[in-house]
Amino acid sequence: MLKRTPLYDKHLQLGGKMTNFGGWELPVQYTGIIDEHLKVRSDAGLFDVSHMGEIWVTGAGAEAFLQKLVTNDISRAAPGKAVYSPVCYPDGGTVDDLIVYKYAQDRFLLVVNASNTDKDFDWILKNLPDDCTAENKSDEYAQLALQGPRAERILQKLTDVPLNTIRFFNFVPEAVVGGVKVMISRSGYTGEDGFELYFDRDRAVELWDKIMDAGSEEGLVPAGLGARDTLRFEAALPLYGHELSEEITPLEAGLGRFVKLDKPDFIGKTALEKQKSEGVPRLLAGFEMIDKGVPRSQYTVEVGGETVGYVTSGSYAPSLGKNFGLAILKAEYAVEGQEIDVVIRGRRMKARVVRLPFYSKKYAK
Amino acid sequence: MSDLKEFKFTREHEWVKVEGDMAYVGITDYAQEALGDIVFVELPEVGAQIGSGDVLGVVESVKAASDIYCPVSGTVEQVNEELQDSPEKLNEAPYETWIAVLKMDDPAELDSLMDYDEYEKFCAEGD
Repeated sequence: MLKRTPLYDKHLQLGGKMTNFGGWELPVQYTGIIDEHLKVRSDAGLFDVSHMGEIWVTGAGAEAFLQKLVTNDISRAAPGKAVYSPVCYPDGGTVDDLIVYKYAQDRFLLVVNASNTDKDFDWILKNLPDDCTAENKSDEYAQLALQGPRAERILQKLTDVPLNTIRFFNFVPEAVVGGVKVMISRSGYTGEDGFELYFDRDRAVELWDKIMDAGSEEGLVPAGLGARDTLRFEAALPLYGHELSEEITPLEAGLGRFVKLDKPDFIGKTALEKQKSEGVPRLLAGFEMIDKGVPRSQYTVEVGGETVGYVTSGSYAPSLGKNFGLAILKAEYAVEGQEIDVVIRGRRMKARVVRLPFYSKKYAK
Repeated sequence: MSDLKEFKFTREHEWVKVEGDMAYVGITDYAQEALGDIVFVELPEVGAQIGSGDVLGVVESVKAASDIYCPVSGTVEQVNEELQDSPEKLNEAPYETWIAVLKMDDPAELDSLMDYDEYEKFCAEGD
């Protein structure tokens, strides 16, 4: 039985084409992926991302514990700050990538990938010290992502919180939006400015309708998981299970800036230090197709007939009108300008390594 | 608009329109709707001999690649080069947009395909 978010009936009513996404029945699109994608870049889109997991970590030892759990440094974050971070196993492989919301030194909300929620919670419990508590509250939350250049203008119609004072990757823990108590985070997974709202799942339909109404004159459209994926792909934001996995370290995924090896200790530090000092053997690279063809996850990448890596994600990029891919390549080939062959249905198709991201992010300062 | 009563259909959602011993092949409205935005079409080679049920080409939507199966055996006489630059035509006008034209080996193979009424029923049952 697939899980459903509180907005399931709303998606059907809007003509959403439903799909199984990691055990969740969610809309892949309403009108069309390309159409929704372009509307998010030009105006705004509203996504139901209630499948995401929410785990609270509280108690006197919460900060010290999280500092050990995640690879990024949360110790310098002030309350109201969000921190993106990978979480690693002792061997450096990636458990998940998540956002840590710091409410206070003894109170943190972790937002994790839906399909990893149970695994992450188990991992947290396994490593949890006596001086803090972890609670998986995923079933109590709805989450909406309002993304695009008009997101601020739309949301401002529904709240007294001066949104222009919230900087990117900061949040307001207790706000009221359209009469509903929400946590407002200025963040997203599209490469555009935008907000993610966390609130009581029983209010999901009500808040969805209020936001759609507020955006009716701003070009706001409902957007599905298909557009969410092409948007994040163009912005080269990693997707767990593709660019990150138990077999791929954050250093290999090009996320070194979120791995703070100068922290006293964290799970995976020894392995990652060793990988860095010996030279990271393979690296994530972006490439543009020269020949015609669409690269897809798991396709082999060759240079001179020799396998040098594989594609992690690939797609037509609606905002750029070209086909691009992300690939894990032997480090020596992960350099701008390198010509590679992507094996598409048994044929070698030419591509070239390019600088990431494909689409420059338009975050608010 | 072509008269769909003259078309034949496969269970894999391809259509065939016959003119003499030539078969025009495309994908159905149901197929394009299920695929979503089509961004690339891999066409067969002119002159290729393709058996019934073998892969004739590939359509790629934003999400995935899907094989197009050949409804009847034959030799590829012509391919729709326009799809190289405008694959979205398959979304916009699926029954006006053929992918390839085959010279049929055995027109009797057409008898095993569905007519429009049968195909509509087949799609309705699948939903």
